[in-house]
This record gives sequence, C-alpha cells and structure tokens, in this order.
Amino acid sequence: MNPLSERKYVIIGVILLISLIYTCRLFFVQVIDDKYKLDAKNQALRYLTDYPPRGYIYDRNGKLLVINQIAYDLMVIPKQAKNIDTTVFCRLLGITKESYIRKMRIAKNAPNSPIKPSIFEKQMTAETYAALQEKIYKFKGFFVQTRTIRKYPDKIAPHLLGYIGEVDKAMTEKNPYYHEGDYIGISGIEKTYEEYLRGKKGTRIVMVDVHNVPKGSFQNGKYDTLAVPGEFLTSTIDADIQEYGEKLMNMKVGGIAAIDPQTGEILCAISSPGYDPNLLVGRERSSNYGKLLLDTVGVPLYNRALMAYYPPGSTFKLINGLVAQQEKVLFPETRYPCARGYPVMGGHPGCHAHASPLDLLQAVAQSCNSYFSYTFRSIIDQKKFNSCEEGYRVWRNYVLSFGIGRKINTDLPGELRGMVPTPEYYDKYFGKGAWKSSTIVSLAIGQGELGITPLQMANIMCSAANRGYYYVPHILKSVGEKKLVPKSYSEKNYTLVEKKYFEIMVDGMEQVVSMGTGRIAKYDDTTHICGKTGTAQNPHGDNHSVFVAFAPKDHPRIAIAVLVENAGYGAEWACPIASLLIEKYLTRKITRPELEKRMMEADLVHKVYVKKKEHR
Amino acid sequence: MRRPETTSIFSNIDWITVLTWLVMLILGWCNVYSAVYDEDHPAILDFSQKYGKQLIWIGTGILIAFLLLIIDAEFHPTFAWIIYGVSMVSLVAVMFFGREVAGSKSWFRFGDFGIQPAEFAKFATCLALAKYLSDINIKMSETKPRLISFAIVIFPTLLIILEKETGCAIVLLVLILVLYREGLPGSLLLLAMGMAFLFFASLVYPSMTLVIICGSLALLVIIFTRKRLRTFINVLTAFLVVVCIIFSAKMVFEHFPAHQKKRIGVYLGIESGKKDKEWNENESIIAIGSGGFAGKGFLQGTQTKYDFVPAQETDFIFCTVGEEWGWLGSTFIVGLFAFLLIRIIFLAERQRSAFSRIYGYGVASILFFHVLVNIGMTVRLIPVIGIPLPFFSYGGSSLWGFTILLFIFIKLDSQRLMILR
Repeated sequence: MNPLSERKYVIIGVILLISLIYTCRLFFVQVIDDKYKLDAKNQALRYLTDYPPRGYIYDRNGKLLVINQIAYDLMVIPKQAKNIDTTVFCRLLGITKESYIRKMRIAKNAPNSPIKPSIFEKQMTAETYAALQEKIYKFKGFFVQTRTIRKYPDKIAPHLLGYIGEVDKAMTEKNPYYHEGDYIGISGIEKTYEEYLRGKKGTRIVMVDVHNVPKGSFQNGKYDTLAVPGEFLTSTIDADIQEYGEKLMNMKVGGIAAIDPQTGEILCAISSPGYDPNLLVGRERSSNYGKLLLDTVGVPLYNRALMAYYPPGSTFKLINGLVAQQEKVLFPETRYPCARGYPVMGGHPGCHAHASPLDLLQAVAQSCNSYFSYTFRSIIDQKKFNSCEEGYRVWRNYVLSFGIGRKINTDLPGELRGMVPTPEYYDKYFGKGAWKSSTIVSLAIGQGELGITPLQMANIMCSAANRGYYYVPHILKSVGEKKLVPKSYSEKNYTLVEKKYFEIMVDGMEQVVSMGTGRIAKYDDTTHICGKTGTAQNPHGDNHSVFVAFAPKDHPRIAIAVLVENAGYGAEWACPIASLLIEKYLTRKITRPELEKRMMEADLVHKVYVKKKEHR
Repeated sequence: MRRPETTSIFSNIDWITVLTWLVMLILGWCNVYSAVYDEDHPAILDFSQKYGKQLIWIGTGILIAFLLLIIDAEFHPTFAWIIYGVSMVSLVAVMFFGREVAGSKSWFRFGDFGIQPAEFAKFATCLALAKYLSDINIKMSETKPRLISFAIVIFPTLLIILEKETGCAIVLLVLILVLYREGLPGSLLLLAMGMAFLFFASLVYPSMTLVIICGSLALLVIIFTRKRLRTFINVLTAFLVVVCIIFSAKMVFEHFPAHQKKRIGVYLGIESGKKDKEWNENESIIAIGSGGFAGKGFLQGTQTKYDFVPAQETDFIFCTVGEEWGWLGSTFIVGLFAFLLIRIIFLAERQRSAFSRIYGYGVASILFFHVLVNIGMTVRLIPVIGIPLPFFSYGGSSLWGFTILLFIFIKLDSQRLMILR
C-alpha cells in the first residue's frame, strides 16, 4: 500500500472532528441555550399598538377649545401585499399607478421594512375610508389604522394651544415612549402638557401562525396593556375674551396679554396676526405651515405675546416711581419742574405741554417725562453708591423683581426673558466707566435698550393690582377631574418694593383713566380702571401704541397689557382695545358699540408692512 | 486493459452513494418548499414558485446523472483538458455577456432560469487536476508540479473573483487537500492554513504583536533544526511572507466587496452589525435555536417563513432544517454529509487508477468545504460566506454542478477495475 494513502485517516479525521464540533454547537444553540428561543418567540408574535385618544382642552368656563377627530391611516405590510388589483385600488384612493409604486417602494425600503406595517396613505378622508372599507378585504396586506387628530371648533388661540405633529428622530432616540409615526405636542399647551394629554399607548400581543393569520392574543392577553386615554385639561383661557381680543386685533400687528392678578391665571394671550389652528392639522399641515412661514413681516407663527420685545414706553414710569420711593429718594410731595422736556439735559427727553412743577400723583397722571428723568437719576446717583454702575445694579435688581429681564417660568413654551441691560452691556457699549445716569436716562421713560414682552407687561400690572406681588402667570387650571396645578403657581412672588409705596402709584393710574391720558378707557362710573398709556418709540416706524391696566381698583380681577405695533399714541389704539376687553371680561357686554366697531375695522397692518419694507 | 464482464451500464455502481444523494435531494426540496411556502401557491408543481422550479432542477439533475452513467468513464480523462478549457472560456465570457445580479456579473440568463458558470468550474478544475497529477511522471515532491497544480486551481479562482463571487472562488482553494493526499508535505498545508488564519488575525490584533509572535516561532524552528541551511532559508522566506501578509491585510481587506467586508467585520467584532437593518447576523442562529431539540415540524417554522432570515432558501437553507427539525434533524443532516464524504473517500481509495482517486478526493474536498462553511456560518462559527449547501440549497446551477461533480465520480468508480489514463 502506498504510504500516502495513510493520509486518508487525517482527512477523515478532520471531517469527523468538524462534524462533532458542529453537532455540539447545534446542541448548545438548540437545546441548552434558551436565549435564542426567547428571541424567536418575540418575532413570531405581533405587537400591535393601540393609540389612545388625546385629551380634550377646555377653557376656564368649560367651553371646548380642542377636540379630536378620527383620521384613517392606510397601512401596508408590503411583503403581504400580493395580487393587488392596482387599477381598482388606485381609483378608490384617487392616486396614480406611479404614486402607488412610489409609496410601495417607500414602505419596503429602510427605515421601513417589507415585513412591518408602514403608513401607505396618511389621514384619508372619511369618504375615501368608507369607499375603501367595503373592499379592503380584497387588498391583502393593507389595513386601516384609526388615529385621532385635533380639531379646533372656535379657530382661536393658535399660539396658546399649539399643535401636534409626528415625532422627529431626535425624540425617538431620546425618549423610548415614542416611535416613528407617533404624534407629539410641538408647541403651546400641547407641548407643555404632552404627558397628560397623550395618555398611554396600549400594546396588544397577537400570535401569528405560519400563514401570518392572527391566532388570538398571546397568553390570553396576560401581557397586553390597555391604552389609557389622555386626560382632559382645563386651561385658564377665557375663550370669549380670547376670541374678542383676536377680533379687535384684526388687521393689526401686536400682542395682548391678560392675567387674573389674584391667581396668575392667563385669561388671554393674543398674538396678531394669528392663524386658524385647524390649518396645522392633517394632510395639509406641511403645505399650510410653509405658507404661514412665507409671511415674513406678519410672521403669524411667532407668538408676540410671549416672545416679542417691545420698549414699554411710559408704562415703565410706574416702576421707576415705585423704586425711587422704596429707595427713599422720592416722596408723594416731591416736585420736579418740566420745560417741555428735562431741563437738566437741555430739554431731553422732551415732554408735552402741561402745568409745572408737578407732584408724583400728577406726574403719573400727566405722564411727565421730565419728572421721571429726575426720579431715575436720583435713584442711580445716590451718594451711598460709589459709582453709577453700583447704583444701576441696585436699580436693575428692583426691576428684575417685577418679573422682567428674566424668565418668569410660565408653563407656555417659548417664553423669552426680555431685555434689561446688564452694567456689562453698557460697559461694552460705551466703555467701562464711560457711562453715567445721564447716558442711560431714556430708561426713565421706558425707552432705550429695554425690551419687555406683553406677558411681562401684564405681569407688572398684576404686581400693581396686588400692591407688591404676583403669581407666576400660567395657563393650566386643572388636569382631569382633580386639581393638579403645580404648587409654585399659588406662591406669591414679592417685588422688592413694599406695599405702602404702591398706593400712590395706583391712585395716579386711576387718575390716568379718570382725568389723564387714558380717559377713553373709562366705560362707566362705578368701575375704576387703573391704567397707564405708553407711546413707545422704535426704530421700525411709527410709535407702538401701548396700554397697561388693571381693574377694578379694589379687588382687581384683570390685569392687561395691549401693544399695537406702529399704531401711534397709546391712548389712540391700545387704550380703547384694553378698555373693551376689560369691559367684556367684567360685564360680559359692550356698552360702546361705536368704539368697538372703530377698533375692529381699523386697518393698521399696512403701517407695519410698508415701514418694515422701507426699513429693509 | 481488461473490461469487466458486464451487460448493464448500472452494474458496479455504488448504490449507497446514489441513495444518499437521492435522500439529500428529497430532504433538500422539502426544506426549500417549507422556506418559501406561500399559502397562495400551495401546489407543488407551481413553477412560478421556487419549489416548483427546484423540482425542475431536481428532475433535470437526475437526467444529467443518468446521462453521466451512460457515458463511458474513458471520456473524462480524455476530455479533461477540453472540459477545463471550455469552463475557463465560459468564466471569461460571462463577464462580457452575463446578466448583472446584485453587483456581480456571473450569470447567464435564459428567461426565468439562470446558469452560473462558476458552479461548473468546480468539476472542470477537479478533472484537470486529476488529469495532470495522474501522469506517471509527476512527483509532488518536486517544485514544478506543485506550481503547475497550484496554477490549475488558482486560474479559475482569480476569474471567479473578477466576477465578484468571492465566496464561490475560495471554494477551489480547498483542493489543496487533494494535493496533500497526493504527497504535498503536511507542513505546507499547515502553513497555508496558518497564513489564512493570520490574514484575519491581522485585522483584529496589532501588527507588531503578530510579527513578534511569528518571529519567535520562526526562531524556535530554526534553533530546533540547527545547521540545515535549507530549512533556515525556508523558514526565513515563510517569515517574510508572513510579515507581508500582516502588514497588507488591512489594505487588502479594504478592497473586499462591501457586503463581504461587513459580514467578516461583524464576525470579527471590528464592525458593529446592530444598526444594519438589511443584515442581522443573529437571525440565522435565532431561527436554528428556536427549533429546540425536536423542531417545530414541517411548515411550522415562523422565523424562516417571515423572511427574518435572508436568503433562507439558498445559502441559509440550513436554518429551515434547524428550525423545523430541531437538533435531531440538524444532527442527522450533518451526519448524512459526514457519511457521504467518508464514503467518497473510501471509494476513492479503492480506485486502481490515480485519475479516479484524485478526482474522488477533489469531489470530497469541494463538498466538505461547502458543508463546513455553509453550516458553520449559519451557527456563527465562521463569518458569512455566501456559498450553498450541496443538494439542499435552492438553485439549478449548484444542484447541477454538484450532481455532475458526484456522478462523474460514481461513473469512474463503477469502472474502477479499468486503468484510466
């Protein structure tokens, strides 16, 4: 025998060895290790998601603001979609054959999968659904999944309510609750209270046999979870006031915020121009969203009530008057002269014609620029301070305590902090130590670098109405049947000015309406409105018309700020609008239909558009 | 030359092998049926479905087997070079006239059916190798025949690599086992395997570590085989080759086709497979594992049915075996292959003519490599290399190719008393 033939034993040995290794490996994988069996079980089961209805949103009087409507998503498992009569199918759906092929391709390819359901047609109309439902048994692999989408019966408060949309990838990666295709609140209340509103998705585990036919629930539903419907929310909004305010702001650009000073509940927050919230629902959402984005001057998606910085104008004099009293550099009987302007700086800032000198009460009522320039500088330039900067820091600290220049942590997303310049800001702008109280004297009358949102202005009025404190403005009244409002909303936030100093200012504000610049706000003799007009200069065109107020004087129920962009004097537009809203809220009727008509029909929007275009 | 006293062409045929082959075809078809089973097309003879087509392949395969038994055994050594030549020409031709499938141009298309010349290159190469090595003047101890037999194998291998069918190409390299049987020193065989191992090791481990390890090994060999200059030169050469492999491995790997790179990368743990939705290397072992001891039963597998396993009816047909027939079924199949391989080696050893013996070893080697790699990759002992499981995987070319490979040998064996040249 050829000695080489001995080598067959080596080769046979290798074959036997490999067979043995494989047999052992198979024994380990198939018999010993349970890991793979569990995995396989997971795959033979179908996990179906039950989407709960989203919670409704009510206004403070129990009126429905947001409800649901059913949307029908047509789903497909491409692998199972066989022998589809595409002609009939496409006609039912009203799509072309090309579009069918394209949608099918999308459903098949990553991130979708041919063996998992993906959306074929989003949010079919009820008619399409009805027609399709009769014949869907013919189209294997297709099924309809119902979802709830939003509907807004009154078409109001788009910015407050916000909208929902599909989750983005960042969210699905961050939060395991969400999966691709789920809806989530993107702005407004929908975003803040997403966790209450969304409810809890349910899962049904269904066993499927080899023919992919469901064979009932897995272990009698032992592992199923029921979908929990979202809880309804009661918001603090007064739908009537909100709607009325939106009507008054028709054809105007600006923002309104109204707060119940006794609770901090936001009664209305209007940003004009707005839009019909129903536009951002359903299939048309993205195209409508695009259209809204195109209005770059009106910027309807921008929530001016919370995000727009306006110079507060004369309304800011109230704060300076309060701070000066607290610092004991101003007393009710203090008098300062006015020469159609601040005489110390050669008549700047300028003022209108009125008797001179005035005391504090008169100065508030007459809105004297000179008086408050003296006042402001007397705070900053006190002898106890080593520098102007130190004085300014003290002043700024007071101002911040009114909830401006910082976030007040309301529950609406997108709230901005406003702008009260830091000393560092001026150092950078003018040079360190190169600025004095005279340099920044425009702060005395609410001009200069100040930027305050309408919500913050209304909040200042809350502090005035409460004579020294405010509650954090918020939009949530209760969740479900229980009252579930965060404790922090019922805590008083005190300003750094004592209660006793408020009285004279409140008296002054009352005189503004009873005999001063805001006379037009008065609607009857028994309701005492305390207000302050403002005419805010700005670089974008005509002055902004500003009015802040609260009413009634004793036991105030509403604090309000109205700002109409480039409209002119505060008394001219903002004041009557605020007055009408106050009247509507307090009495539920309007006694001045003429004024109402004039306000509603006034078209001030062109002033903004034309000026802004010129400005560019 | 003495002709055996026979009247029938079927006399002297090794029926055990033929029967094993038939059992494999039947079992294979059952599993293909189960893997692509579709309730819409339950009819066995539905030729729009893969199991219907597979029936055609099996039928024609049996016909081919029959024809091969009719053809006289003399035909094969006589035409070995011509068959080899034709096969090489078809490998080249397909690159120009073939249909492109999934990035590789290796198929001739005839309507619904396709032919892959690479499958037929296997028996052609075996024949050529057998023809060359059976020459009475060839001694495997010499360098020249080693180089020529190496060339016979490497030529089709390179052609198939050019077609981008890497998996199919490396199959031919297993013919080194034949050379070993015919006298190639075992040390060279070990060296070849060692270098292949080294290639993959250098993808994972730092180059310098490997160089140091190999260098110390070489040093040990030199020390223990003192004085012999020849060994010293050999070891030094081998070491230099090793160093080249270590430093070029990553570069060569970069030029692998993307999917191969991914699969090997995943296997070696240098690339994460988790985020890849197209390919989850776990699916195959999950399917097999879910079969348990006795399996889920015919048509009852859920994993393979829902396309959890890719290429379930071709390269991953063993998953269906594992899932539906469990450990018992899988072990039976492994055993069946071991039996067939050992049977072929047994038959090869009883040949009087070197041509038949060498060819027989070629058949055994190629079948062995396919079984080794195919089952190995489904149970994740080996990186995924897309080659079929002989007689089981769906596909006409592979079924025909393996049948021809085997039946030429069965015919040769039936005339084993003849001396073939």
